[in-house]
Amino acid sequence: MNLDLKSLKEMASQIRGDVIEMSHRAETPHLGSCLSVIDILVGAFFGGSIRISPSNPQDPDRDRIILSKGHAATVLYAILARCGYFPLDRLNDYAREGSSLQEHPGPSSVPGVEVATGSLGHGLGVGLGMALAARSQRKQFRVVAVLSDGECNEGSVWEAALFGAAQKLSNVTVFVDYNKWQATGRSNEVLALAPLREKWAAFGWDAHEIDGHSMEAILEALKMSPDPAGRPRAFICNTIKGKGCSFMEDDNNWHYRIPKADEVQAAFKELGLA
Amino acid sequence: MRNAFADEITSMALEDERIHLLSGDIGNRLFNNFQDKCPGRFFNCGVAEANMISVGAGMCLSGLRAVAYTITTFITSRCFEQIKLDVCYNGAPLIIVGVGAGLSYASLGPTHHSFEDVAILRSLPGMTVLAPCDAFELRAALRAAVALNKPVYIRIGKKGEPKIHSAIPELTIGKAMKMREGGDACLISSGPILFEALKAAEILAQAGINVEVINMPTIKPLDTSALEEVVSRHKLVMTIEESSVIGGFGSAVADWAAESGAFARTRLMRAGIPDHFIHEAGEQEFARELCGLTGKQIAQRIQQAL
Repeated sequence: MNLDLKSLKEMASQIRGDVIEMSHRAETPHLGSCLSVIDILVGAFFGGSIRISPSNPQDPDRDRIILSKGHAATVLYAILARCGYFPLDRLNDYAREGSSLQEHPGPSSVPGVEVATGSLGHGLGVGLGMALAARSQRKQFRVVAVLSDGECNEGSVWEAALFGAAQKLSNVTVFVDYNKWQATGRSNEVLALAPLREKWAAFGWDAHEIDGHSMEAILEALKMSPDPAGRPRAFICNTIKGKGCSFMEDDNNWHYRIPKADEVQAAFKELGLA
Repeated sequence: MRNAFADEITSMALEDERIHLLSGDIGNRLFNNFQDKCPGRFFNCGVAEANMISVGAGMCLSGLRAVAYTITTFITSRCFEQIKLDVCYNGAPLIIVGVGAGLSYASLGPTHHSFEDVAILRSLPGMTVLAPCDAFELRAALRAAVALNKPVYIRIGKKGEPKIHSAIPELTIGKAMKMREGGDACLISSGPILFEALKAAEILAQAGINVEVINMPTIKPLDTSALEEVVSRHKLVMTIEESSVIGGFGSAVADWAAESGAFARTRLMRAGIPDHFIHEAGEQEFARELCGLTGKQIAQRIQQAL
């Protein structure tokens, strides 16, 4: 996939519409967390830097995009569908009884899911194993792992960060969706997360801070060539929980709230989808 | 057993370049030969076992065959969720090898005892659980595990376990092995504690009691056809394991027995690690005695029950 900037932004709005509708229809939570990560994932899947393979999802040479914050599953499903991994109408099955599209992505949910996530703190470590496999098999594929800020509460994230730096896995890129909220409070207050970029840097990563809603910044981040010193790279993405719907933005009630029909309509209007 | 593991995995890695070895900062010099012969395929993952399991799963999901190795309790209880999700849920064929299972590290205290690993690992869908009895059987188990191409957990001893087999045995995952004939009772053992089971059989033989001894290197899947056959011929069966009686090997047999009804006329007894921590210092033999797991104690229980 290689959309131009304008199309990428339109795609991000489209995906926002998709996930709002899915959350409404299936009455599932985590909408705020979905809306904050969409621009990052749209940039990764449609921006042209990451080699995905919708017609051959198991292509051994593909790049791996791992949604470690698995509670944003609707974003992943909607993006995979719009990339052509499976027909768009399968999104109607999301969270429907008996369907494979569960509320967190599993190994057999839909084609294109690299690894099951949902319990936080797993995706990066698995991604590092894939990156080591690439090196060992002399393959060129890279690994992109997308984490949430609340996820950085998990000790396993920091075990993985230490390991990635020790092994000089410069074929790994982490994006942290730093929306400043976790389930029940400010992510800088629940645990002492800040300064987050400096923490990743101190763990041996080439760590940068970017605007996680600037498609230009995300594309630039994805295009950077591997660190010559061999460090893996982390982008701490400043984002807004609920981004794209004014009445959801930075309101943590939308971690669990389900949008009503009139709210879906209002959101669609704001997104230019109505 | 750990030296046999290092030796066998090195030979296997020379035959199959997909094999990569992960270790949790143990085995100082144990894997030097592996590293010399298979450069770039050994990773010291540090004292970060949860990440080691995730990394191993990721390697397996990208076409490698990874084997993760460290002290049993740290590679099972500590990183149980990584095993449940990254390995089993994803179906990553990682081989997890726990060294020093049961009371092998008795002198180090309960932080290093591993009694719960069998119970928790066998509860995971898709997981195979193996407990070879000696260094020879370990070599066979390791090869069978890699050939299986599914998640496998192998709990092994430490070093100096007595040899029971005289050569590498034929091992089929899910199949029991008969070690000794006898009609008065049957001892079914899993893991290196088989040595004590065989000792018990010797002691009983001197008292004129002939017991059959079955070796079950596979705890999951359980060889229920062997169990059925054994139960049909014996009034008394005792399971013997160096893991907790709660959820362990004996518990697996009891689960099956309760549902199958096969034990209607047969008494099932279990010898294993009882439901308490071991607070006393001492080596493995001493700890086994505290748990009633020596050959002499097993023989006494059988004698009393008959």
